[in-house]
Amino acid sequence: MQTVSIKMDGQDFAVPKGTTILEAALANRIYIPHLCYHPDLKPAGSCRVCLVEIENGQLVTSCRTPVNDGMVIKTKSPDLDKVRRPIVEMIIASHHMDCKNCAKKGKCELQRIRAFMKIDKKNVERLRQPRYELPLDESNPFFVRDHNKCVLCGICVRTCQEVTGLSAVDFAGRGNDTKIATFGDKPIADSRCISCGECVIRCPVGALVFRNVRRPASEIKTICPYCGVGCGILLGIRDDEIVSIKENREDPVNEGLLCMKGRFGLSFVHSPNRLKSPMIKKGGSFVEVAWTEALKLAAGRLKQFREGEFALIASTKCTNEDNYVAQKFARLVMGSNNIDTPARLSDAPSIYSFLEVTGGNRAEFGPILPHATEAASKNENGFSEIYNASCILIVGADPANSHPVMGFKLKKAWQRGARLLVVSPKEIDLCRHADIWLQPYPGTEPALLTGLAGVIVGEGLLDNFFISRRCDNFDEFKESLEDFILGRVERITGVPKDLIAEAARIYAACKPAVTVWSEELTRYAHGRDSVLAILNLSMITGNIEEGSGRLIPLFTENNTLGAFYMGCLPDLYPGYQPVISTEVRRRLEYLWGDTLAAEPGLPLMDILEATYNERIKILYIVGSDLVNISQPKKIKSALSKAEFVVFQDIFFNEAAKFADVILPAASFAEKDGTFTNSEGRIRLVGKALEPAANSMADWQILCDLAKMLGKKGFDFNCSGDIFSEILSVLSKKSSEISTLQARFRLMPLQYNPPAERSDVDFPLILVRGKDVYSNGILSQNVEGFTLLRKKDFICMNPKDALDYEIKEGEKVRVISRWGEMKGTAKLTSSTPPGVLSTAAAFNQLINPDVDPVSKSLETQMCAVRVEPL
Amino acid sequence: MSDSRHVVLVGLGTCGISVGAEQVFLSLEKEVARLNLGDSIQIKRAGCQGFCQQEPIVVVEPEGLFYTKVSPDDATEVIQSILDKGRPLERLFYRDPANDSPIPFYRDIPFYKKQEHNILKNCGKIDPENIEDYLAVGGYKALQRALFEMTPDEVIFEIKRSGIRGLGGAGFPTGIKWEACRNASGDERYVICNADEGDPGAFQDRSVLEGNPHSVLEGMIIAAYAIDASRCIIYVRAEYPLAVKRLKIAIEQARHSGFIGRNIFGSDFSVDMEIFQGAGAFVCGESTALVRSIEGKRGRPKPLPRARTSEIGLWNKPTLLNNVKTFANIPLIIFHGAGWFASKGTDQSKGTAVFSLTGKVVNCGLIEVPMGITLRKIIYDIGGGVPRDKAFKAVQTGGPSGGCLPESMLDMTVDFDSLKKAGSIMGSGGMVVMDEDTCMVDVARYFLDFNQRESCGQCIPCRLGTRQMFQILDDITKGKGRVGDIEFLLELSGAIRKSSICGLGKTVPNPVLTTIRYFRDEYEAHISEKRCPAGVCKL
Repeated sequence: MQTVSIKMDGQDFAVPKGTTILEAALANRIYIPHLCYHPDLKPAGSCRVCLVEIENGQLVTSCRTPVNDGMVIKTKSPDLDKVRRPIVEMIIASHHMDCKNCAKKGKCELQRIRAFMKIDKKNVERLRQPRYELPLDESNPFFVRDHNKCVLCGICVRTCQEVTGLSAVDFAGRGNDTKIATFGDKPIADSRCISCGECVIRCPVGALVFRNVRRPASEIKTICPYCGVGCGILLGIRDDEIVSIKENREDPVNEGLLCMKGRFGLSFVHSPNRLKSPMIKKGGSFVEVAWTEALKLAAGRLKQFREGEFALIASTKCTNEDNYVAQKFARLVMGSNNIDTPARLSDAPSIYSFLEVTGGNRAEFGPILPHATEAASKNENGFSEIYNASCILIVGADPANSHPVMGFKLKKAWQRGARLLVVSPKEIDLCRHADIWLQPYPGTEPALLTGLAGVIVGEGLLDNFFISRRCDNFDEFKESLEDFILGRVERITGVPKDLIAEAARIYAACKPAVTVWSEELTRYAHGRDSVLAILNLSMITGNIEEGSGRLIPLFTENNTLGAFYMGCLPDLYPGYQPVISTEVRRRLEYLWGDTLAAEPGLPLMDILEATYNERIKILYIVGSDLVNISQPKKIKSALSKAEFVVFQDIFFNEAAKFADVILPAASFAEKDGTFTNSEGRIRLVGKALEPAANSMADWQILCDLAKMLGKKGFDFNCSGDIFSEILSVLSKKSSEISTLQARFRLMPLQYNPPAERSDVDFPLILVRGKDVYSNGILSQNVEGFTLLRKKDFICMNPKDALDYEIKEGEKVRVISRWGEMKGTAKLTSSTPPGVLSTAAAFNQLINPDVDPVSKSLETQMCAVRVEPL
Repeated sequence: MSDSRHVVLVGLGTCGISVGAEQVFLSLEKEVARLNLGDSIQIKRAGCQGFCQQEPIVVVEPEGLFYTKVSPDDATEVIQSILDKGRPLERLFYRDPANDSPIPFYRDIPFYKKQEHNILKNCGKIDPENIEDYLAVGGYKALQRALFEMTPDEVIFEIKRSGIRGLGGAGFPTGIKWEACRNASGDERYVICNADEGDPGAFQDRSVLEGNPHSVLEGMIIAAYAIDASRCIIYVRAEYPLAVKRLKIAIEQARHSGFIGRNIFGSDFSVDMEIFQGAGAFVCGESTALVRSIEGKRGRPKPLPRARTSEIGLWNKPTLLNNVKTFANIPLIIFHGAGWFASKGTDQSKGTAVFSLTGKVVNCGLIEVPMGITLRKIIYDIGGGVPRDKAFKAVQTGGPSGGCLPESMLDMTVDFDSLKKAGSIMGSGGMVVMDEDTCMVDVARYFLDFNQRESCGQCIPCRLGTRQMFQILDDITKGKGRVGDIEFLLELSGAIRKSSICGLGKTVPNPVLTTIRYFRDEYEAHISEKRCPAGVCKL
C-alpha cells in the first residue's frame, strides 16, 4: 500500500494514499467534528462541520479532500473556530435540546460535537430560535422519524440510494423548509420504504430511532432464520429476552446489511402463540402432558408400524443437525425412505437439475455442495461473485421482495456497472435498473431461456474451449435448438425477437455472467426445464464452474439447501448419495450399524396420496405448514386419513389440528447448529436463549424418541456431535471430488407449455407475487409485519379492470377451476394485461392433481376469472 | 400614399404586453387593414426597446419616431400621422423630465443617447418571431464565417482574444472556458445556455430572449462548433413563457432554414438544439445545480473539490455553460472581430454590460453600457437621477447576492473587479437605485428573506445561516434588535462566506455586509435608539 506523509496538528503521519483528510484523522485518533460523513457512504460534504485548514489558510471539507504528500493540516485554529462555531451553534439552536429524554443519548454525533467544542446553552442564547415544531412520523411500527431532531445531513437519503438502492426518502422543499420526505411527503409506512432500518442505524442524531430497543447484556452471533440468504446477526439478550438485533458487520454474506425480517422480525421467538408444552389429543381436544407421556405415546404407536407405512416431512427451517437426525430417524428407526420437505414443490427442481447436468451423484459444483466448515468457506466465491459479474440475469425471481438483502447486493452490483437482464412477466423492482427487461407470458420462461441459447449458438457466441473441454452432448443439444427458432420463441413467449437476441448477445459477451432465480421459476410442472435451460446457457458460455458462484438459486427458506443436502429427500442420502446405489447403502449401513431400505421413498405429494389411500399410516411432521403448501382441501383429507400424526413445531398450524401428539420445538434462537444458505455456506447458529417454556430442540426430541424405541446411534450430547457424524458420512465423498473435475451434460429440451392454461371461462392467469413482509408462519407472528403487509391485494392491469368493470380498491372474487378467493383490487401497470398477481396465498385455487409427467404441482400460477363481489 | 414603406414597431416584450401593447398592436393592424394600407405600412412585432417605463412603446421607422405610453385608441391617429407626411403625433412624444420638452426621436432621448447597444442593438427593431428579420440584419453570417473561414481552434482563439468574460455574473474568461471544454476528454459534449435568470428586479436575459432569440442560438451553435458539441440545451425558466414561446419558434425556424440539425450550411458540422424549462429554483442558475436539474435530479450545487462543469458536466460529459448575454455577444465578436470587441470596456473587463435599471430612478429600463462607465453616469445621465428631488442613498447591484454602494462610491467604474472590491458583484446585472426614503436595514432584510427562501438547503451555513440572519434583521426592523447583533451578523457573514458550498452561499451575506459597512449608523439607530432613520420600519 502506498503511503503519503502528512502533518496534522503538528504531528507527522504516514497514511495510505487516496484516503481523505477525515479518514486519516479518525484513523489516527484525531477527532474532527463531522455530521454528514459515514464510512459506508460517499462523502457529501454538505454539513461543513468537518472543515479543516490547509496551506494558505484555505478551508476545505476534510471528508471530501484527499491527502497529498507533504500536506500540512490544522484541525483546530482560531480561524477555523470562527467559522465552525457559528455553524454548530446554529444546528444546536434549531435542534431539539432535550438530550436527556432522547433515545440517541450518548450515541449522538451532535452531542459529541457539542461537548468537543464546549458549546453550552449560553452560547446559543444569542441566536434566534425557530418557532415551529413538526409532528413525529410514527407510522412505522419499528422506528420513529422526528424531523425536529433532524440535521439534514442526508445520511438516510444516501443510505437509501447507495446501500439499499430504494430511494424511499429524499430532500423536499428548500432553504429552511427543507426536510427529509417520502414521495408526496406521505407517512413513511405508506411509502416505498421497506422498513429495512439501514437508515436508522446510520442516523447520527435522534431523528431516526428504533422503538422498543433496550441495551443488551450480551450479544450472540447467529444467523437470521428467514430466507436463503442467511444473514449474520447479533442477538442482544437481556433477562432471557431478545432486546436488540444488530447486523454482523464482519459477516461476508450480508456485509453488515439486514432487511426488515432480520432486523425486526425475530419477536416471534417470544410470541405468546408458541407451543409451550407437549400435548396429546384426548376426545377431540389437546391436553398438555409431560414429555415422557407424550413420547411414550408416540413411541408406542410408532412401534406398530414400519417401513413404507411411515413418512416424515422434514423442515427447511430447522438446522442441518435437526435434518440429519430426522432423515436418520426415518431411515434407521422406521426403515423408511419416505422423507421429504415442502421444498419439493418450490426449490427441489433446482437441485435435481444440477444433479442431472453433472451426471447423477457427481454434484460437486455450484452452490449445492456446502463447504465443509465455516472457516473454509470464508474465501470461497459465493454471493460475492455478483460484484465481479459483468452481466446479471435475473429470471423468475423478485429478490427485492423475497430476499431483500440480495436485492440490495444486486443493486450495488448494478451501481458498480454490471449489465442487468431481467426476465419477469410482471414488473419487479429491479426492472427499473435493467438494461433489458424481457416480459414473457407467465410460464413460458423455459422457451425464452432456450431461445437465448439458440441465439448464442446460432451467432457463434459460444465458449467453444469450455464446451470441448468440459461439456458432453453438445451436438444433440444443438440439434434440439432447432425447435427454438426465434420466431417460434416470440410466438410462445410474446417477447419481441430482437429483444431476445439483444439480451442473448449481452449475456454471451459480458463474462462472467451470473444467473439468479428462485422458486418463482420452479413452482411449475416444468420447473426442471427452466433450471436446465439456465444451466445449458451457463454451460455454452462457460459460466459454470466449481464454486464459481455464478449460478445462484435463491432458496426460499433459511435452510432449504441444508435440508436437501442432509438427505431429507426420498431418493438421496446425505451428500446427495443415491439410495439406489448398493455401495452407498452398504457404507451407510456400516456407519449407522443397521440395515436400510433399498428402495427410494415417495416424494411429498405421493406421500400425501399414499396417506389418503391409507398405505401410509403414520405421518411425522416437523416444522412445516403442510396444509398450506398446495390445495388445502386435498391435504386435509389426506391428513384425516392418517392413523397417527406426530406434529413437531414451534407454532400451532392447521396441520396440527390433525395431530395425535404435538411436540413443542425450540426456535433458532434457542439451539446451536448450522444453516446452509443459498450459496452453500454453512453458517453457525448460536444458542442465545434457553428453549421457551417446555420446548426442546428438534434433534433432541427425535433422539429421545429413537432411544425410547431402542435404537442406537442417537446418543448425541450436542449439535457438534451430530456435525461430526455428518462429516464422517460425507467424508468419503469429499476425498473423491479432489481428483475429479466435473463434466457437464448439455440437456436437450422440448417446449412444454405450463400445465395451467387460460380459456374462455378462465381467461386470466393469476401468478404468485411476494410481499416484502412475507406471510409465513414466523412473520405472521410479528405484529409490525401484519400492520405493514399489503394485505390481500389482487393486482391487475387497468385495461383488464376496465374489461371486467372493476374499480381500484373494490372487493373482488377470483375464481379458478378448483376454487375461489376474495381480495381487494389494486390497479397497476406493473402487472401486464391478462395477468393478475397477488402476494396472498391462493392454494385453494390451484390444480390439486400432480402433473403426470413431472410429478410436480403447478403452484406458481393458475387460470382464473375475476368478478366484482 | 407615401413613397417609402413605413414600419411601425410595437414593443411586445413581457414589459410591453403587461401594459397592453398586445391590444395596441392589434388595433394598429386593424387600422392598417381597414384602410387597406398593407403595402405601405407594416405593423411589426418587436422585442423590448429597453425603456420599459414608457411602455407600450411604438416606433415609426424609418423616421425613428418614438411614441410612448400608447393606448389602443391611439392607433387611428398614429396611422393617420404616417399618412400625413411629416405631421408626427406630438402628444405621444417622450418628454424630457428636466424641462418637459418633447423629444420626437429615440436617438435624441438621453436614456438611449448615453448607451452603447451591442447585443440590444436589434432588440426592439426586429421581429423576434421571424427569422427573416434576423437574417436581414446580418444574422447567421457569423456562423457561416465560423464554419467556413475558421477552424474551431481559431474560433476559440478569437473569443479568447476578445477578452470577453462570462456575463452571468462571475466573469470567468469565456475563451478559457471554451478551450478547457474542448480539451476535456469525452465522447460527447454539450453546450448549455443558462437562462435561469432569477434575481428579483433583473430581466435582461429575458429581454434578449424575447427580443432577439436568434442571436443567442447563433452564439450557441458557434460555441458547439468550437468545442465539438453535438447537442445544445437552453435552460430557461418556466416563468418566462414568452421567452420559451419565442425560443421554440426561433429553433423551429432555424432548423427549417438549416442552421440547426444535420450538416449545417452543407458543412460536416451537425448540432441539435432543445429547450429545458427550469422549475423555478433560484439556485439552479448555479452551474452544477443546473446540470443536475437537467439530469432530473434535485437542483443542488456540488461541493468542492469537484471537477469543473466544462470537464465533467451534464451526464458526466464536458459541458459548456454560458449565460444568455455571453452567447448573444458571440456572433458579434465573430462577425466584427475580436479587436472590435476588445476596444470597448476596460483592460480587464471588455465589451459592454447590460443592466436592469430600476428603483428610485427617473428612467427605468434595460440598458447596455460599455464596461468601465461610472455608476454616476448610469444613474444620472442614463437614469435621469433620483425622482422628486429626493437624495440618492445607495445603489444595489448584482441582485440578492450583491451589495449596496453609497453615494461616495458613485464615481467608481462598473466592471467585474471594482464591483467586487467594493463588496458587491456584477451578478446578473440587476441595478436598483435607492433614495433617502429607503431603510438600508429593511433592504438587507428583504434580500436575506429572498436568500433564505432560495437557499437549496443542502449546506448548513447557508440553510441555517440565511435564516438566522434574516431573523436577526427582521427583529432589528421590528425594534427587537439586541446589542451585539451587528457583531454577530458580521461573525455569521464571515462563517457563511467561508464555509458555504456554492456561490449562492458565499455571496449571500453581501447585502448585509455592505449595508453594515456603509450604513452602520442606520443599524445602530434601529438597535439602540429604536428608530428607523428613513421612517420605513415600524418600531
